[in-house]
Amino acid sequence: MKEFTYERARDVGGAVALLDADPQARCLAGGTNLVDLMKAGVERPGQLVDVRALPLDRIEPTDDGGLRVGATVTNSDLAAHPQIRRHYPALAQAVLEGASGQLRNMATVGGNLLQRTRCAYFTDTALPCNKRSPGSGCPARTGEHHNHAILGASEHCVAVHPSDMGVALAAFDAVVTYETAEGAAELPLADFYLPVGETPHLETALPPGALITSVTLPPAPVAARSRYRKVRERASYAFAIGSAAAALDVSEGVVREVRLAFGAVASRPWRARVAERVLTGQPASGAAFAQAVDAELAAAEALPLNAYKVPLMRNLVLALLTELAEEAAR
Amino acid sequence: MTTTAKPPAVGVAHSRVEGRDKVTGAARYASEHHFEQLAHGWFVLSTVARGRVRAVDDEAVRAMPGVVAVLHHGNAPHVATDYVSFLGPPDPTCAVFQNDRVPHAGWPVALVVAETPEQAREAAEALVVEYDEEAHDIAFRADRPDAYVPDQGSPVAAKGDLDAELAASAVVLDATYSTPEQHHSAMEPHAATARWDGGRLEVFDSNQGSMWVADELAKMFSLDPASVRVRSEHIGGAFGSKGMRPHQAAAVMAATALDRPVRVALTRRQTFAITGYRSPTTQRVRLGADHDGRLRAFGHEVLNLTSTLRPFVETSAALGRVLYDAEAHHTAHRIVELDVPTPTWMRAPGEAPGSFAVETALDELAERLGMDPIALRARNEPAVGPLSGLPFSSRDLLGCFTEGARRFGWADRDPRPRTRREGRWLLGTGTAAATYPSGAAPSTASVTAEPDGGFTVRISAADVGTGARTALTLVAAEVLGVDPAGVTVRIGDSDFGPAWVAGGSMGTRSWAWAVTSAAEDLRDQLALRGQDVPPEGLTARVDTARLLAELAKKERHSFGAQFAEVAVDVHTGEVRVRRMLGVFAAGRIVNPLTARSQLVGGMTWGISMALHEEAVRDPASGRHIGADLAGYHVAANADVPLVEADWIDDPVPGDPLGIKGVGELGIVGAAAAITNAVWHATGVRHRDLPLRPDRVLRAEEAGQGA
Repeated sequence: MKEFTYERARDVGGAVALLDADPQARCLAGGTNLVDLMKAGVERPGQLVDVRALPLDRIEPTDDGGLRVGATVTNSDLAAHPQIRRHYPALAQAVLEGASGQLRNMATVGGNLLQRTRCAYFTDTALPCNKRSPGSGCPARTGEHHNHAILGASEHCVAVHPSDMGVALAAFDAVVTYETAEGAAELPLADFYLPVGETPHLETALPPGALITSVTLPPAPVAARSRYRKVRERASYAFAIGSAAAALDVSEGVVREVRLAFGAVASRPWRARVAERVLTGQPASGAAFAQAVDAELAAAEALPLNAYKVPLMRNLVLALLTELAEEAAR
Repeated sequence: MTTTAKPPAVGVAHSRVEGRDKVTGAARYASEHHFEQLAHGWFVLSTVARGRVRAVDDEAVRAMPGVVAVLHHGNAPHVATDYVSFLGPPDPTCAVFQNDRVPHAGWPVALVVAETPEQAREAAEALVVEYDEEAHDIAFRADRPDAYVPDQGSPVAAKGDLDAELAASAVVLDATYSTPEQHHSAMEPHAATARWDGGRLEVFDSNQGSMWVADELAKMFSLDPASVRVRSEHIGGAFGSKGMRPHQAAAVMAATALDRPVRVALTRRQTFAITGYRSPTTQRVRLGADHDGRLRAFGHEVLNLTSTLRPFVETSAALGRVLYDAEAHHTAHRIVELDVPTPTWMRAPGEAPGSFAVETALDELAERLGMDPIALRARNEPAVGPLSGLPFSSRDLLGCFTEGARRFGWADRDPRPRTRREGRWLLGTGTAAATYPSGAAPSTASVTAEPDGGFTVRISAADVGTGARTALTLVAAEVLGVDPAGVTVRIGDSDFGPAWVAGGSMGTRSWAWAVTSAAEDLRDQLALRGQDVPPEGLTARVDTARLLAELAKKERHSFGAQFAEVAVDVHTGEVRVRRMLGVFAAGRIVNPLTARSQLVGGMTWGISMALHEEAVRDPASGRHIGADLAGYHVAANADVPLVEADWIDDPVPGDPLGIKGVGELGIVGAAAAITNAVWHATGVRHRDLPLRPDRVLRAEEAGQGA
């Protein structure tokens, strides 16, 4: 592990000043991903700015009826929060499907968004990886890729974003607020992650030295009837091979509003806007659900070992929407 | 002391005698012994899969903080590799830094020694090693033209004309099965601390046989055997991976070169690279039967891989030679040498993958015959060893099936597949047979009557977490007729003399034999002396070599019946085991508490083997990728439902001990019981492990389940 300095930030301004002064500095919150990557030699920061003690650990209502979640709120606290459970149940479910109790007690909302892929080529410094070492190549395409991307990938990188939480946040149009030396700014989650293209090492639209301070959930009545479903290779404590967050508003048998986001299929939580468009205004039927999800997955570009993800996502989303529709009909 | 009216010790549940030390942290593991001047060695492993080390640029690293030495092929002392040790020829992997060849990815190319582990690690990661890389070949396939029949480990056993009997059979099954590369993943990573003390080499290690490692180190470093002492008091799991390994040799090399104590502790990733693993297998099973289920033909051909360094045979075809008879019976092993690390023994070596193929094939045959799978096995129960013709010392496989079927509710099972549904889950049940040899090997033990009235047992046994220390305490207490609290068992020290290792399910049987004999001898001596114990104590010492030689030649095995119920969502590919039951015939059970734990542990590993475990090698680099416990999945708590293990009475007539051993038995057949249950749930046969969601899903998409 490379030697580094450690500073504990006392306030947001102080943290931003530290980050601004040192391009080699990284924020340390729960450390559940960053520290592992430092041990593996993948991350080699010169300075750690510990933001854990910053006063960003609250979940508060916003004026328009949404919720603002502080960046250092732990996964455990987020999942347990009564307003989250009531108004955005898929978010609480997604968080609880991730990691373990011990990790959820440490991991934070801001850190979750910034976690890195678990692609085995990315974490093995002896191997090429365009995300870790730009221009070195991507062995996953011709090698092991059975849990890699089917949507939005490029020839330069087929890694997936591992977050469960982010999938629900994407479905609910979350907005990320951050702070730099220039002041506070906002980024909708839809614009937060950059397209892979030729620059898979550039992952987010955050400017250098930015500190995420909160994630805002706009009011979304549809989210009250939402659900998260995750498929993985064991019953717990594994990253998804496919997951989905869905919210459905059905009245008189017609889909009035639908929110749909996929996990473990792309370099970012994948908001399924094509499917949403196709389904809105249609009858809440299996045929319409299938048509919608097929429209989204029409863009899928599968590799030999991950082609199963197309039927997996189709089946998963159909089951999820059907369950929600049945509940709405009760 | 008294020999009257003591309650029996053997057969009564007893918690581990060292349990308190372990849970309070008082028990010291191999990397927890402190010494003045201790230095820390860190391995540098090759990043290429084949080639030569062109240069090790150690100059810059030597200048790094705390670094005291960099050992590599250019400066390491020569060691012997042409010896025969306790367990045969040495593994060339262990003789580190002897030449510039790189035979596989992860090969140790250097050891950086520094004042602290952190300094050693940082320097090791900074060390630049240049390679002349060569093209590598790691492609393991059933049709490798360069596969060959090894000249070890009973590669072929045959009787009758297999082709003729297959041709004459009413029903024939010919199927190929595969199992992947699997790793031991013991909770405690390997670690050794070596030091020279008063002219003796002393090594604190985590191993399955202190005498084994001491013997290897003495021969490798050309030392007088009496000048080497290896101690391994507490071990956090081993499963076959903790014999002689590169870390002990490297620690001794560095301690000798620097004349100060040196510790080499492996990281989790390093354990994946240099401590052995179970080879992948491809297995062709051919069965031919009459309409009534009687087997006319039994064929089982197994291919496994090995390194270019040393042949290793995963003896998966062995269990068919015990389980089932047929007119024609052919079993054979072949191996192929690839640019990969050398595989080694892993829990139930041979039987674990072999039982997956054979016990799935039996289930498939039962399906084709329209027969109950248990009835098919009963139909083919042999009276004597199918190939040896020897009598069984005891064999109650059918008793296990009868009791298991009763407790599992097998009689109520609708044999038709894909008939039970619960919400999104299809449900099914399956069964499989288990067997494992119950051998014994010569061991020495001493038992001392102490002047304070207590007894001390000394034997170079290893308690790898199984409860061996406790079992031997009970065995000695039983013979001596005293309370177990009055017996102290000291193990894990090569100074106690030769003894078998914790392996092959032979540990407890072999050690208990020596301890029993020594305790009986001591008991007789004390009786002659009117129970008088001299101030220096009174010791009886026994070597069981002669006793074992007198044992009648028989087929000696343990048996069992595995049952599993699974739930499968064919739309997502998820498979969940709902319950498992194993009923075993494993001789005399010494300590029901720890024996049950071992059997349940084996069955749990069976879940892991069936559904999760798989090491993946990157074709381009030859490296095992995802080599950590996030990438290499083992069953998590949520995957393990109610797992019940129990046993039936299994007396062994004419066997002075009657103990068989339970270390391996629990995993044998467990994966097949699960995949047979998946067939029952879905109507799809799966012949490749692990049964990942994508495999279930692909089979469903292909319409095989319709």
